[in-house]
Amino acid sequence: MSVEPAGSRLRHQLPLLVWLVVVWILLWGTWSWANVVSGVTVALVVMLLLPLPPVVGATRVRPLPLLLFVGHFLVDLVVSGAQVAWRALGPGGAQQGAIVRVQLRVDSDLLLTVVAETLSLVPGSLVLDLDRESRLISIHLLHVDDLADVERQKADVLATEERIVRAFGTAEDIASLETGRLTGRTTR
Amino acid sequence: MSVLASVADVVAAGCLLAGAFLCLTAGVGLVRFPDVLSRMHAGTKPQVLGVLLVMVGGAIRLHGLAATWMLLLVAAFQLITAPVSAHMISRVAYRRRHVRRDLLLVDELSDAGGRDSVYRGDEPADAPPEHPAQALPESRREDQEERENGSQSS
Repeated sequence: MSVEPAGSRLRHQLPLLVWLVVVWILLWGTWSWANVVSGVTVALVVMLLLPLPPVVGATRVRPLPLLLFVGHFLVDLVVSGAQVAWRALGPGGAQQGAIVRVQLRVDSDLLLTVVAETLSLVPGSLVLDLDRESRLISIHLLHVDDLADVERQKADVLATEERIVRAFGTAEDIASLETGRLTGRTTR
Repeated sequence: MSVLASVADVVAAGCLLAGAFLCLTAGVGLVRFPDVLSRMHAGTKPQVLGVLLVMVGGAIRLHGLAATWMLLLVAAFQLITAPVSAHMISRVAYRRRHVRRDLLLVDELSDAGGRDSVYRGDEPADAPPEHPAQALPESRREDQEERENGSQSS
């Protein structure tokens, strides 16, 4: 870990501290000052013994796109669960899958993580590999009908990325969405 | 009041049953799907949704905020961790070529160049070569080189 000024280090680690304390209190189930104090102590010990690199890059949450993203995500989760359940029980089974690579446009560790997590949870897709340098994500699709279906699912991936960036990304990230789309068109 | 309570009970029972059913389909999928990658689909998706539904059912049925918070925590960790383990297992499976290639319509990960297509170094010893037509001359050439090196050293 590189040397970092104590102030900025504290600022980076503060969300982690708060999260650990919240988890601690939720695990105890009751709110009391004793729980808060012991929670802070445990969180500090955990953070000192198991230091994590700070999450670089600011995010801002936009309520309306966030609502859109969460709504889409919940619908996708239900549809995905139903589809995979049907493939498991039905006569067809999973006979034809595909592994595709998609060129993502965001350039932020945090947003790429959210994109990968979301893709792993929604219909028929499973993240196999994420090339951080060139922002290429490789996804296994459980079932595809034909090549047109492959293209459609790739477009879905990009749409998911766009919703996430609009919900959490900075203005810069949203701008990279636009330019990425333009360069994507010219290279194709 | 009692009508409201019984409606809540019915909703909770519906959630619990649907969740249990989805977990069952996940188990069936694990048995019926052909290879590791598609089995990971069965293992993550209906199971995550199933656990969430069971959580919702439990939150309705159980009284007391402490239980609800705990269920919320379980749901959050389920959503965060399930994709990570699925990703790690499928990544290893792909790299060790436990993939039914005959079931894949396209494989853009292997088409993307820059990788040795004959021996990748981390495949199981009993795996068939990915491109038999290339692999045979390649392994003959390697044998040849080995023999030449052996004669030089002796």
